[in-house]
Amino acid sequence: MAQWNKQRSEREVRLAVAAKYADGKVVLAGNVVAFLSSVVCTGDRVCLEGDNQKQADFLADALASVDKAQIHDLHIVQSGVVLQSHIDLFEKGIARKLDFSYSGPQGHAIARALDSGKIELGAVHTYIELFARYFMDLTPNVALIAAVQADRAGNLYTGPNTEDTPTIVEATAFKSGIVVAQVNKIVDTLPRVDIPGGMVDFVIEADRPFYVEPLFTRDPASVTEIQILMAMMALKGIYAPYGVRRLNHGIGFPTAAIELILPTYGEQLGLRGKVATHFALNPHPTLIPAIESGWVEQIHSFGSEVGMDSYMQERSDIYFTGHDGTLRSNRLLCQAAGLYACDMFIGSTLQIDLAGNSSTFTSGRIAGFGGAPNMGSDARGRRHPSPAWLMAGREAVDNPTSLARGRKLVVQMIETFGEKMVPNFVEELDSVKMAEQLKLELAPVMIYGDDVSHIVTEEGIANLLLCRNAEEREQAIRGVAGFTPVGLGRNRAAVEALRARGVIRRPEDMGINPLSATRQLLAAHTIEDLVTWSGGLYHPPAKFRNW
Amino acid sequence: MSNIINLVDHDYYEASARDRIGGVLDPGSFHEFLGPENRTVSPHLAQFNLTGAFDDGLIIGAGTLSGEKVYIAAQEGRFMGGAFGEVHGAKLVGLLRAARDNATAKGIRAVLLLLDTGGVRLQEANAGELAIAEAAHAIVEVRIAGVAVIALVGGKSGAFGGGGIVTAFCSRIIVSDHGRIGVSGPEVIETNKGVEEFDAKDKGLVWRIDGGRTRSMMGGADVFVKDRVRDFRAAAIEQIPKAPPFTLATLVAEQARLAARLQAYGDCRDAPEIWQKAGVADPSGIADVSEEAFATMPRLKEAAHDAR
Amino acid sequence: MEQFQIHVASARPAPGDRRQATVGVNASGNIEILVERVLPETECLVEVTTAVTGYRTLWQAVIEDFCDRCPTGGLRFAINDGGARPDIVHLRLMQGARLMGGEP
Repeated sequence: MAQWNKQRSEREVRLAVAAKYADGKVVLAGNVVAFLSSVVCTGDRVCLEGDNQKQADFLADALASVDKAQIHDLHIVQSGVVLQSHIDLFEKGIARKLDFSYSGPQGHAIARALDSGKIELGAVHTYIELFARYFMDLTPNVALIAAVQADRAGNLYTGPNTEDTPTIVEATAFKSGIVVAQVNKIVDTLPRVDIPGGMVDFVIEADRPFYVEPLFTRDPASVTEIQILMAMMALKGIYAPYGVRRLNHGIGFPTAAIELILPTYGEQLGLRGKVATHFALNPHPTLIPAIESGWVEQIHSFGSEVGMDSYMQERSDIYFTGHDGTLRSNRLLCQAAGLYACDMFIGSTLQIDLAGNSSTFTSGRIAGFGGAPNMGSDARGRRHPSPAWLMAGREAVDNPTSLARGRKLVVQMIETFGEKMVPNFVEELDSVKMAEQLKLELAPVMIYGDDVSHIVTEEGIANLLLCRNAEEREQAIRGVAGFTPVGLGRNRAAVEALRARGVIRRPEDMGINPLSATRQLLAAHTIEDLVTWSGGLYHPPAKFRNW
Repeated sequence: MSNIINLVDHDYYEASARDRIGGVLDPGSFHEFLGPENRTVSPHLAQFNLTGAFDDGLIIGAGTLSGEKVYIAAQEGRFMGGAFGEVHGAKLVGLLRAARDNATAKGIRAVLLLLDTGGVRLQEANAGELAIAEAAHAIVEVRIAGVAVIALVGGKSGAFGGGGIVTAFCSRIIVSDHGRIGVSGPEVIETNKGVEEFDAKDKGLVWRIDGGRTRSMMGGADVFVKDRVRDFRAAAIEQIPKAPPFTLATLVAEQARLAARLQAYGDCRDAPEIWQKAGVADPSGIADVSEEAFATMPRLKEAAHDAR
Repeated sequence: MEQFQIHVASARPAPGDRRQATVGVNASGNIEILVERVLPETECLVEVTTAVTGYRTLWQAVIEDFCDRCPTGGLRFAINDGGARPDIVHLRLMQGARLMGGEP
């Protein structure tokens, strides 16, 4: 006789077994390993909340401590593989298969574990892609999540770092999965309810607050003149002519430089109110001077950023905040905003090839994709027009008609040389060789060349929209690749022809004075200056305090 | 060099030595002595496989400050940490002696020393040490001749080693939040005495001990200014008339000041202990309050002195 | 240490009448350039002093490209190198030329 509610029955069995470790929904921290051993079973698909920033680290340590004879061959589905305990799961044989999105500090460890056969890789995804699969074929059986506070009914307050949690819970709770939350504190009354208790099965007050990394803080003291020159070119050569109002800044020093020169150089160009008014953006501290100077109307965030809570609370006209006053972030929704409601992505990368493909996968390091490929792709499902989108679309075809679709501006900022004079422009991406070695079906590409609209280097801007074939594209790229071997290999005549057409523009072609590219142009020179700009509301984390 | 922001509005810390001079002095009044085109460079660096600087990291010359004739020297703190070498040191000493000799004949009102140095260049140690000694001697002579010597400290390297000593010989001292004045540098103390004695990576500690706030609270510096070239300029103009005469009375007062300071706070291990002893309302707040707030906070009573 | 000169014989005359300018600082990753208007107006000379040896060809490429993009005739550029990347060298040369052209 066919059974149609097996998952539900299975769930009831597990809950019954786990009940002996819980008082209602509350599990004591001391019982966590035994408890997890009762809700997680061999072969389960487990989402161990490893977001971009926050980590359910208490639950991760506990899961990595289960008896592998009892629980093994787990299939881990999670955004970020960030902690040592995440890797330990595979090293110890508790987990076997992995589908993820971002690895950050564990990039080398994942590559090694793949190489030694400890990890069976499903695929590397973008965030929004992985979330989508939670609802299709990677639905978690168990979700181990992190929240700030819970009440005894299981209602959760996820606070500023809400990030992926609602998405994970939605997929798990409504497909008979089990949701377990580690919280900093169990309280009687929550500031607001981010996840209703009906979706949460167990809560544990952990022995320490959940781990959060300040990933989006860039010290203005480290911004270089070259990055400032590139930022000036981006503002004058792209933001201004296309009139980019809605955008996403990928994290990095070149975009931090742009943020810091809006109140000075941007003001001189008369761009306030005309560009950079609406952001899909984490709360970058380097945007504070621009916000305070009246540049920004609204920001929606993927997550929060350590130290910014008080500032955001006092700027509720800018940031999305709950009625309790604190930030409300959401990675899935912000990724969607970045994909469909932004006219430009601008970010930096580590390597670009002759077709404009870029990658952060360099030798021995599986960095993952995070959200950049979403942000940095032309959203072909978009239908609503905007001046920037239409203008970019018309540049991409000869004789545009009303059937010519618009194009998202996807801008890659990259210095021609990286550390130790390693060229960032290459004939072949490292990820091609890596794919061969690790037997991946696809060479991991962060942003494909045919999505890229512009490349900005210290030598100038290459407008790939205006290129009509692969040869033009190659020379346009070589024409901004500076004195790297790729750059030196340019066809000088072809590059001059592209320059005459405006496909390549040098700083002098844009009327940019090289003498202006100094750190004096930054609205803030130090983290301390950012604190001053914020009126003392920004509280930088200890590692950034240098006074 | 940014032509969007005027030199005077420049951030002092970020500015080059040349830009600091350009912004502190009256516009266009600077005339350089022994400029880079003379290529008076270090004769020693090449044997260490080190490239040098055309002015050996020290710019000297004359100009006007609010119409009054002054001599000026500025160290480039980013070249070898602004450290004293043979030529660098000789240029400073030469400038000071010229100020002494020309005081009356050319109506030199003051010498401005824009110090930004970690001390003596290891590669030219003996020459550097000699230069510090000669400079200290020369400053005394300049002051005796009635010319004020004003130290401006606000760069990346601070005023350490012999630079700290030179600073202490000056008539008046102007310092910013970024500025530090000391003798043994933090790394040197840590290397020699261990990290428990001094953790050089603890920036908060470094600035509490040697930084502009502590110096100006205690009278080790006379003025605390915002990190803008215009603020250093304004303070220099204001301080020149306040320079004490270099007399026996001044020296005796200076000795008394230093002895009293040692007596009162000599066993304190960190600045907040000093503030506590001195009866400051919020001892730990001194380091934390904004630059604005600190600029208006009362100093220790010992800070208002006419000695140095 | 390497010291060499790169001579460009057919440079476009550099505008302005400023006699000399200094740009940059010899610090790690940076360079100091002294620019002097002392040559015949179609000649340009770049003198390089560097402790990073073996990159003469790259210096040549940078300097030739610079003289191509910028009128440098009459100018001598003397460089003290602190191990700068080619793009920094290029930026400083452009800044030096711009200073000589009469900018503040």
